[in-house]
Amino acid sequence: MIRSELIQKIADENPHLTQREVERIVNTVFEEIVTALSAGNRVELRGFGAFSVKKRDGRTGRNPRTGETVEVEEKHVPFFKTGKLLRDRLNGDS
Amino acid sequence: MSDKTLTRMDLADAVHGQVGLSRNESADLVETVLTHISDALVRGEQVKISSFGTFATRDKAARVGRNPKTGEEVPISPRRVLTFRPSHLMKDRVAAGNKP
Repeated sequence: MIRSELIQKIADENPHLTQREVERIVNTVFEEIVTALSAGNRVELRGFGAFSVKKRDGRTGRNPRTGETVEVEEKHVPFFKTGKLLRDRLNGDS
Repeated sequence: MSDKTLTRMDLADAVHGQVGLSRNESADLVETVLTHISDALVRGEQVKISSFGTFATRDKAARVGRNPKTGEEVPISPRRVLTFRPSHLMKDRVAAGNKP
């Protein structure tokens, strides 16, 4: 499933909303999550999962082709942990 | 870097503010988004959201684990796990926003 299919499904179920409105709803949900993570916040959606930011320490890396060492700076990466309910559903437990 | 935790309610508030639906209906729609994503994953589909990321399931084979405290061997049954791969855009925005 891709974004446009998700929008279409929700639009089909909600005939009182225009396609444009559903698009804005779906986009807002994803945009809010990215904005929250960019500000260093967490987003916890019980049953579904939690988005958070993890810190990766800086390290001395190596260019695998030339063997040259490069300093890799500390950085922050997005992380998702699956919620218990969804994890159970994936394994047919409910 | 602040340390707030957002919940469904915050997402519903954002939808309410952006689209002007009632708070109640906004909350229902946020739930609908999550339900559709979950259902697709349970069916074994990948869910690819452009400029956000990709949710995909992977099948893990059975293996023998060990209780790290007692050293006892315990069988781990085969299972399906969910992985999320953030898009480049999300990674870039999260890295830029959290720069020291």
